[in-house]
Amino acid sequence: MKIGTIKRPNETQKKLRWGYRAAYDIKKHYPIYLMILPALVYFIIFHYFPMYGAQIAFRKYTIGDGIWTSEWVGLKNFTTFFKSYYFERLIRNTVLLNVYDILFGFPAPIIFALLIYELRNKVFKKTVQTITYIPHFISLIVICGMIIDFTSPQGMINKIIGFFGIGPIQFLAYPEYFRPIYVASNIWQETGWNSIIYLAALTNISPELYEAAKIDGAGRLRQAVSITLPGIAPTIIIMLILRMGRMMDVGYEKILLLYNPSIYETADVISTFVYRKGLLEANFSYSTAVEFFNSLINFVILVAVNKISRKVSETSLW
Amino acid sequence: MNTRVRASGGRLFDISNTIFLSLIILITLYPIYYVLVASISDPVSMMKHTGMLFWPKGFSLESYKHVFAYPMIPVGYTNTLFYVFVGTAVNVLLTTLAAYGLSRKNLMFSGYIMMIITFTMFFRGGLIPTYLLVERMGMVDNRWILIIWKAVQPWNLIIMRTGFAAIPDSLIESARIDGASHFKVLWKIAVPVSKAIIAVMILFYGVYHWNAWFYSMVFLRTRVLYPLQLVMREILVANDTRYMTESFVSMDDKQTIAATIKYATIIISTVPILCAYPFLQKYFIKGVMIGAIKG
Repeated sequence: MKIGTIKRPNETQKKLRWGYRAAYDIKKHYPIYLMILPALVYFIIFHYFPMYGAQIAFRKYTIGDGIWTSEWVGLKNFTTFFKSYYFERLIRNTVLLNVYDILFGFPAPIIFALLIYELRNKVFKKTVQTITYIPHFISLIVICGMIIDFTSPQGMINKIIGFFGIGPIQFLAYPEYFRPIYVASNIWQETGWNSIIYLAALTNISPELYEAAKIDGAGRLRQAVSITLPGIAPTIIIMLILRMGRMMDVGYEKILLLYNPSIYETADVISTFVYRKGLLEANFSYSTAVEFFNSLINFVILVAVNKISRKVSETSLW
Repeated sequence: MNTRVRASGGRLFDISNTIFLSLIILITLYPIYYVLVASISDPVSMMKHTGMLFWPKGFSLESYKHVFAYPMIPVGYTNTLFYVFVGTAVNVLLTTLAAYGLSRKNLMFSGYIMMIITFTMFFRGGLIPTYLLVERMGMVDNRWILIIWKAVQPWNLIIMRTGFAAIPDSLIESARIDGASHFKVLWKIAVPVSKAIIAVMILFYGVYHWNAWFYSMVFLRTRVLYPLQLVMREILVANDTRYMTESFVSMDDKQTIAATIKYATIIISTVPILCAYPFLQKYFIKGVMIGAIKG
């Protein structure tokens, strides 16, 4: 390594070993690396250390044990989970909540955006938008506090249906009401906000298309079907693909706030189960295994969805 | 939009569309209105009332008195302000520095570092390993853990990096030739031209800290450190109003006032956000757009 004899850095650099090039690069750009360093250190500590620590899923870890010194048990924690009564229930609940949420929650903002788009009165249009965005800004704790109160025997919903002689029903005590409550409250909170992206896509449709259609004698409905919908179809497809990528992800914070043992049958999902088993019952290895399994499935779905997305729309996450 | 030509006719559709959307407005606002009206109602008549609620039932600020007298509310508010301001400051500082650094070309490792960062969006160590790490660091029940454990969100970093990368090279290079350091270029050129993105970042991170409760619950033990959301969780979700209803003797009285106390709590904690919202709306919408372009 005759570093001292470098005369034409560009040519000689290539011949230097990787390590030397790296050292040279870091030395040359050290202020920039210094800017990146804090964030990099953060990611290594708070993301990669836990990933490394996730190996306790394959061990029998107890408090006082080190990660390395605890006994290696292989896939035992995983097989225990697969064979347990909970496995099927947790998967079913996680998938079903997502399916219902997509089935009802996904079309809502699209329809809503189309209706807003058809409004002629500008002031009313702005009012509808501003007001329907509001619920998005209410914190989850308050939303759940409201849901719990409204569905209680003395709550708003029972006061209204009681007027017609029904009830009172303690909605959050029966498993069959949980999914509707979860999905409906999501729709109430997010439809307005989620319509923003579609409204933006709508404003990008060229006005000339409508003019031409009008000359051809197309009516309002015909215009909506032949111009408006195709115009936002790419956005719809991308949003749907992105949503499908979160199939095994569920709003567990909301569930954690709403559920109780009497409705675990429909409300308990993987993340809430991990929280109970892991942090409340200190079953560290077992719950880490359950969570690891969930992350793995999530990862596989994301990769698959990304592949599909690249084929269908030439857009992808990475 | 102005030039869009509408087909003639369809009056019936316009009318029913307007009616339908007015109904949506009512459905959106009614639950919020209900909470507001119920919070200023007289607790006893509120309890007895059935059917739709349109106007306050009687008038009483009794429940607000109890909420304001409850010391955990100001404690929670103060803590939340600390988490929001200090947390967001740390977030935005670290994200800006790293995003600018990673937006520079001809950096040998920027590709690798981006890979390291992006991967964390798709695979996580998980709740338990994170908790065990924090415990080992001795940071459980320390208010700073809520600041540092989410110091940078990878998605925000990517958005910001894209923004910085769009700044013309000539702008930065000419400043560099004039002898400005990288930090000076960032501060004097890159930050001023990226004001909009930084505003969006402040909002994203700020809202995150305002709403955060789950990991606050996981990491904190002492109630004095609780953010407002956790204090509200005790009142609204765990249904724990005993501190505020101590002055009532009978169980019935306690229950009666407890209901309206909850409404008053919701109003007190939500009003600041709803007041700020109209002014910030356009930045939030801009944020949705910036995120969507990248996605």
